[in-house]
Amino acid sequence: MIKFLLKGLIRDKSRSRLPVIVVATGVMLTVLMHAYIKGLMGDTIEMNARFSNGHVKVMTKAYAENMNQTPNDLALIGTAKMLSNLKNQFPEMEWAQRIQFGGLIDAPDENGETKAQGPALGIGLDLLTAGTKETFRLNLTNSLVRGKMPENKGEVLLSEGLSQKLSVNPGDKVTFIGSTMNGSMTVFNFSVAGTLSFGNEILDKGAIIVDIEDVRNALDMSDATGEILGFFQNGFYDDESAINTSEKFNSAYSGNPDEFAPVMKSLSQQGSMGQYVAMSEYWVNYIAFVFIIAMSLVLWNAGLLGGLRRYGEVGIRLAMGEEKGQVYRTMIFESVIIGLAGSLIGTFLGLFFAWLIQKYGIDISGLMKGSSIMMPSIIRARITPADYYLGFIPGLISTVLGTMLSGIGIYKRQTARLFKELEA
Amino acid sequence: MEISPIIRIEKLVKKFPMGKSEFTALNGIELIITRGEFAGLVGPSGSGKTTLLNIVGSLDVPSSGEAFVLGRSIGNLTTKEAARLRKENLGFIFQSYNLLAVYTVYENVEFPLLLLNYSASDRKKMVMDSLEWVGLADKIKSKPPQLSGGECQRVAIARAMVKKPSIVLADEPTANLDAANSHNILKTMVTLNRELKTTFLFATHDDKVISYLRRKIFLLDGNVDREEIKPN
Repeated sequence: MIKFLLKGLIRDKSRSRLPVIVVATGVMLTVLMHAYIKGLMGDTIEMNARFSNGHVKVMTKAYAENMNQTPNDLALIGTAKMLSNLKNQFPEMEWAQRIQFGGLIDAPDENGETKAQGPALGIGLDLLTAGTKETFRLNLTNSLVRGKMPENKGEVLLSEGLSQKLSVNPGDKVTFIGSTMNGSMTVFNFSVAGTLSFGNEILDKGAIIVDIEDVRNALDMSDATGEILGFFQNGFYDDESAINTSEKFNSAYSGNPDEFAPVMKSLSQQGSMGQYVAMSEYWVNYIAFVFIIAMSLVLWNAGLLGGLRRYGEVGIRLAMGEEKGQVYRTMIFESVIIGLAGSLIGTFLGLFFAWLIQKYGIDISGLMKGSSIMMPSIIRARITPADYYLGFIPGLISTVLGTMLSGIGIYKRQTARLFKELEA
Repeated sequence: MEISPIIRIEKLVKKFPMGKSEFTALNGIELIITRGEFAGLVGPSGSGKTTLLNIVGSLDVPSSGEAFVLGRSIGNLTTKEAARLRKENLGFIFQSYNLLAVYTVYENVEFPLLLLNYSASDRKKMVMDSLEWVGLADKIKSKPPQLSGGECQRVAIARAMVKKPSIVLADEPTANLDAANSHNILKTMVTLNRELKTTFLFATHDDKVISYLRRKIFLLDGNVDREEIKPN
């Protein structure tokens, strides 16, 4: 009997191919939309993490309280030992020292006189150690517009916007004017190795990237660093794990009143990022929920209509002596097959297109001109484990529910009435 | 030939709700059909012939009175028992054939046997026998849309006859057929009635069908108006 019904299902394109296409399309859109929104919200978080916040950040307690001002006079000292301890205690994470600093960049003319000056937001990071992951983490090589990556001490990368403002080119000399961690004035000469475009308005306006040892020399921060950033090895922020890691680290220093004692904060515990992470989670879930409900209604309806248009066939089968329960069960059996096939195909297609957007991204740099928030200029989808099963909610459950609902009519209608509809 | 009632109708009333009032489709019918009859319920639209056929076919239940089919009271059957009665003992022939369009002629005729759990070899033999009776053994791989109206109705007859039911109920079986095909179909049914001793009960107002009936039961306003029996 099952073989007989399957034969009919396969042959009747309006009962098999069309519903499978409808279900697969709905499931594909659900999976793709979920991965896209997850990526959209996640990319902004990851960009902030890579450039500024890390997935977790270790600072002194005093530095943490004024984190927005990047107060290097409150920096961590003895960082070599601290870094070694972190690597031992949390081997599952990658650790990177950073010094954020501000100052003035002075560009001299051929006579050594000031040609142009501009404020700069500096990031000191490990550029010169063999095998450093910082270059990759900040995507510096791909962001290079002119020149080359620093290969020697004393070389600096300028944002393309700043280099144009100062009219400097790779190979030119520039002077950094700022203050050391002890508060005295410092003047340090750099050679411009290259220029960068991050695709982010804030960074492109006035960022400079320098090897951390040069920053230490310039700011008199021997064996000191403003921040140590920790990153999950899979590259994606996980709020629960980050908070757990922070709590584990902080428990060792909870009773230490020293304002220079280290403290670890997860990305969500740093300034307004917490709100953004919460909002991101909320929006991902909200949009996914709305979309799943919408797709569920569509597919439920498809299941309902599929069932209703078969009342004629139901009439024949009842006249032949098939029991109502058996007719009902076979309709559900068919809808499970349709729902499963559609969900599998839809999930596969959804994951495929999500993967394409994850790998190649969608360039929205044209929309980001003049933006003052740190958002990536290329939006990428992000495939998460939920994407492997999420589509089955509308694809399978709603389709079957729709069929079940339409099938209830078989019970509610008198057999003679179904029989009559058969003649219609 | 043993004269035994295969259908017995006693004071059968069937009412349908119609807004706040009720419409009486059958009004105290008394009727006995014996095994092997070739009988028809004849009357204009609204006379109650299809309603009576539906009750005999266990597709509907009486409002009051009794309808016994093969000794079983239709009004007292559960839906499962009614389905079983249809599956094992009743064959239906519809005005618009109602074949399953995606299945072949062979598969359409095979369907009632699948419900009865016959083995594949038995099914094959029974389906082929049935198609031979209606002269369509060469069309087993065709699908209904590839057949003429007459051929479709012959497939429907084969489907109704394949399980050799005790009773075949036919509701306006020639309504969609031309005269030549109608006579062809009716001759086939007469032959099957004669050779297999199957009881045929029609609901019709078609003169062609009426001319073939051996017993004509004229219904008017939900009651038996008169009867005519064709002498052998």
